Amino acid sequence: ELRSELCPRQFPARRAAAVAVALLRYRRGGPARALRLRELRRARTEDIKDVGHKYYLELELEDVLDKDSTVNCTAEVLYHLGNQNIAPDVQFTLEGELKSTEEADHVFYTRIRSLEKELVAENIPDSHGHVPPELEPIHLLAWVASGYLVWQNSTENTEFQLAQVKHVKQVRRRDKYLQFDFVVLLHEMVSQ
Amino acid sequence: DQVLHIVPETFQQVQHLQLLHSTLLLDLWKPLMPEDIMAGEDLHIRVPAPLVQEVKDILDQHMISYRVLIPDVQELVDQSMPRERSSHKQVLEDYVYTQYHPMEEIYQWMTQIQNNYSELVTQHFLGTTFENRPMYYLQISKPSNKLKKIIWMDCGIHAREWISPAFCQWFVKEILQNYKSDPKIRRFLQNLDLYVLPVLNVDGYIYSWETDRLWRKNRSPYENGTCYGTDLNRNFNSSWGSVGVSFNCSSNVFCGSAPESEPETRAVAQFIRRKKSDIACFLTIHSYGQLILSPYGSTTKPPSNNEELIQVGNKAAAALTGKYGTSYKVGPPSLILYNNSGSSRDWAHMIGIPLSYTFELRDNGTYGFLLPANQIQPTCEETM
Repeated sequence: ELRSELCPRQFPARRAAAVAVALLRYRRGGPARALRLRELRRARTEDIKDVGHKYYLELELEDVLDKDSTVNCTAEVLYHLGNQNIAPDVQFTLEGELKSTEEADHVFYTRIRSLEKELVAENIPDSHGHVPPELEPIHLLAWVASGYLVWQNSTENTEFQLAQVKHVKQVRRRDKYLQFDFVVLLHEMVSQ
Repeated sequence: DQVLHIVPETFQQVQHLQLLHSTLLLDLWKPLMPEDIMAGEDLHIRVPAPLVQEVKDILDQHMISYRVLIPDVQELVDQSMPRERSSHKQVLEDYVYTQYHPMEEIYQWMTQIQNNYSELVTQHFLGTTFENRPMYYLQISKPSNKLKKIIWMDCGIHAREWISPAFCQWFVKEILQNYKSDPKIRRFLQNLDLYVLPVLNVDGYIYSWETDRLWRKNRSPYENGTCYGTDLNRNFNSSWGSVGVSFNCSSNVFCGSAPESEPETRAVAQFIRRKKSDIACFLTIHSYGQLILSPYGSTTKPPSNNEELIQVGNKAAAALTGKYGTSYKVGPPSLILYNNSGSSRDWAHMIGIPLSYTFELRDNGTYGFLLPANQIQPTCEETM
């Protein structure tokens, strides 16, 4: 097992960490929870013959809405050789429990359900970086969803971030689910 | 001033809150009357700034939980006011450095700065942009007999990085407002001249205000006017066109048709070349990423004075973190960011300027280029 230590400051490790956090955000995020990378503590890489490059990461994450709340996480990111159209494999394990957002989620759910007209908004944040407080959960949802897009489209040579939510439209449903259609702008750091 | 959101849980808590309201004369937003404060119901209350901490302490003491609904009432008020930008006459004392300003206001601001601080500041013409707009820099210089070394700082080479020109304006304000009272600044200006270019890519900046907030490049047309913009930070003559660029105009890292093909690049390069033996330090301000980048982007081979560059960079990063805990990383982009060529920082170092840095200001991606105006102050304070 030949794993070489990577400098966490340098970009190969950072890009892998960004992908892991993107998937994590998608899987665990919600209108009241958005997790972000606070620190990449350790990174190692392994070259798996005929398969690809695997990164072993130790991450410290923070909750955007509660910066004092941090959680440790280990993750493995495998970039497949050759075909750039396959999303990297990502596994992660969180140490400990995340704070429950049941109450805030419920408040959001009831608020949207009680709207008379379907929610529509654009340019979140606006040009001056401002997000109206009532749209903050929508902003977080878009960020969560963008985690999926980032994960699906990442390679070792990319680093995506959500730049702006261009447009959001609520889609009325007969059942109990809430549905939103988003148009998001992703910023690719490396080719920026 | 802040607005707090409280949901009292018990009748006792309701009473505490009513007492608090009447003794401190707080402003009830919801409900309208203190008699209508009820357990289990939303309470929104505005607390004047000087009382905020005291009120929070009292709430903590009584174990009443609260949430900050509006962290800065004045800011919201300002934002919701209709602002007549064109007809409103600007006064320097009223210039708000914690807001983003369009180019017209920045031009006016430069003139006013020169007028108000004429013993120290002169405004100079550097060149014209593609769309024929003037590029001005401010020279901050204490008149003296001896020849002084120069520190050059440019902002706004990339249109969408609004925090960058905001920083240049803040920096100038800080230096000039505190020159008389701060011995460090006085000594600084005794030995050094400051040249500050608040907006390098004027056309792009205006375009990001009027048309596309996320525009990056300048506005020169290519391919018969079907495609616009060169990435000015790929257009300098430092390993131009070798790595981290595109030769396709539609790319955000299009490096132009040749090194210094763009009028904005030429304006800066010609000036720096002329003055290079007097320039001690070249700084170019960008966002985002929270990085202090030293040469080079095109190769991992370290520059000749790498140790000095990293040492100075580390000192800067430590001072920065010391202010608000914001962490900055130091190193060449070829290691910590991405490979690129044709950057102004690399070029400045290659022509002989010993200390050359790109600062990537806040944040780390949460707001990215759309950094909220309420972060202008802390970002600028820590970067000073």
